[in-house]
Amino acid sequence: MSAQAGAYSQAENTAQRRIHRLEPAALAGVMSRDVAIFGRYWKATTFSSIMQPTIYLLAFGLGLGSLLPHIAGLKYEQYVATGVVATAVLFSSAFPGMFNTFVRWQFQRTYDAVLAAPVDVEELITAETLWIAIRAGVYGMAPLLVGFAFGLEPNAGMLLVPLIGFVTGFGFAGFGVTVAAVAKTIDNFNYITSAVLTPMFLVAGTFFPIGQLPTVLRAIAKINPLYHCVQLVRDASLGMLQVADLGHAAVLIVFALLMWRVAIWRLGMRLID
Amino acid sequence: MTSAQTEPQAAISLRGVVKRFGAITAVDGLDLEVTPGICFGLLGPNGAGKSTTMRMLTAQTLADDGELSVLGYELPRESKQSRLQMGVVPQLDNLDVELTCRQILTVFARLYRVPRGERAAAVEQALQIANLAPRADTIVRELSGGMRRRLLVARGLIHRPRLVLLDEPTVGLDPQVRQELWSLIDGLREEGVTALMSTHYIEEAERLADTVAVMNHGKIIAQGTPAELVRAHAGELVVEVYGPPGRLAEVSELAASNGWPSRRSGPAVAIMRAEELNGDAPEGVRRPANLEDAFVALTGQEIE
Repeated sequence: MSAQAGAYSQAENTAQRRIHRLEPAALAGVMSRDVAIFGRYWKATTFSSIMQPTIYLLAFGLGLGSLLPHIAGLKYEQYVATGVVATAVLFSSAFPGMFNTFVRWQFQRTYDAVLAAPVDVEELITAETLWIAIRAGVYGMAPLLVGFAFGLEPNAGMLLVPLIGFVTGFGFAGFGVTVAAVAKTIDNFNYITSAVLTPMFLVAGTFFPIGQLPTVLRAIAKINPLYHCVQLVRDASLGMLQVADLGHAAVLIVFALLMWRVAIWRLGMRLID
Repeated sequence: MTSAQTEPQAAISLRGVVKRFGAITAVDGLDLEVTPGICFGLLGPNGAGKSTTMRMLTAQTLADDGELSVLGYELPRESKQSRLQMGVVPQLDNLDVELTCRQILTVFARLYRVPRGERAAAVEQALQIANLAPRADTIVRELSGGMRRRLLVARGLIHRPRLVLLDEPTVGLDPQVRQELWSLIDGLREEGVTALMSTHYIEEAERLADTVAVMNHGKIIAQGTPAELVRAHAGELVVEVYGPPGRLAEVSELAASNGWPSRRSGPAVAIMRAEELNGDAPEGVRRPANLEDAFVALTGQEIE
């Protein structure tokens, strides 16, 4: 049997492997794990991603919408459905970034097993973030689909929404990973959820325009990546894309790249001692 | 890349390796050389630095000083290549509890770059090795402790590594499961796989290891085959004297005053190197010295 030992590795050897960063095989391997796990809970995820916008549209659309039929020149269901895309993206990326990272690293210690394989920290975190971003992009479409039932009209620009959701989700996933890396315990996530994520999701032009806010809050909204996501999604979905949207896209891309590197840096410090 | 790939070389080579955590020096000038094809046992009490050493071999812990190479690759720079050909069985269970055995093995077959066409066969073989084929599609959460351990071993062998690191492979297992794992580990040697196993179970080292290194306070304090270690550090014969506490205290005192190496061994006092006492030794049960005697003589620590 000794001839069999190392059979695979010898094949690798003859190819004279070199060290590469971000090898596709490593990224695909880590993501295959996410896909396998997703197979266990996709029903629950899909259910909640349909329910949430339905509830928002019912509550705000039928409730508030009957009082103010138009908001910022848009029908309220147009306004809310597009706003809820951004919140869906935020919650489906920041939370998995925080909780999945913490659980897999601290409780299940699966990251230890992955890093003992030929996968480095950069590949592990990139793959996890990529997977969350892809999911956020896909599930970001759900509020629009629900919106159709409430009278939202399909528009070719909506095809850009998964891409916008992907970039935004990548940034917030990286943010979540960073939070997990810095948090001492999982209870500390409450600080982030209540003090950062909740205000962020309200002060982003999701349910009401930021133009009505005091100057300070308006300024804060403008540095909120979610605000730029909302604007971009709304303009794309309602066929109102304009030059200013390039700026929104640029902010989201910079945010995504920045959080990606910060996540690798902070979690890397904790994973390798 | 080192030229060592062509010439015969150590599977693992550490020179002057140091690792500190704050004020604690976990590994303190460690020298270690593991020849290919053997099962090398790293034996030491808890806190001796065994697990830290294991983590350094996968570059999950970075040494503060010293040189490390694994399968001819220099660490940490070339660690990824060495990890391709190395399997790890961790001390702590780090399985994905939500996945089935087959799913976990498939994921790790990918992570270890088993070619696509060979993955299914590799998974089946690993399931066979670990005797988990009937449980292939059971979720890990529903497996017994022994099955989870075997799955951990199977996961570490999925890519037929040339080198396997086993960190306390049978800690906390009942005797029957331990036996099963031992025969599994023993089977690796038959296949020419090099194994580095850390353990604080004497019997485990004695049964499985070709070479044993005793580690204490972050360095190797003795090394050899189990028989060599016993002869060098515990002699040939041990006399165990049983009796009430008063009698045991007397015997301990007698041994100390005569300069005989002795230790408390459960309900008895064991006097080592009894073959050198020319019949001066007190009455008691005579037995051959074992690795446990040598270990205690070396580390001054009793085994739990």
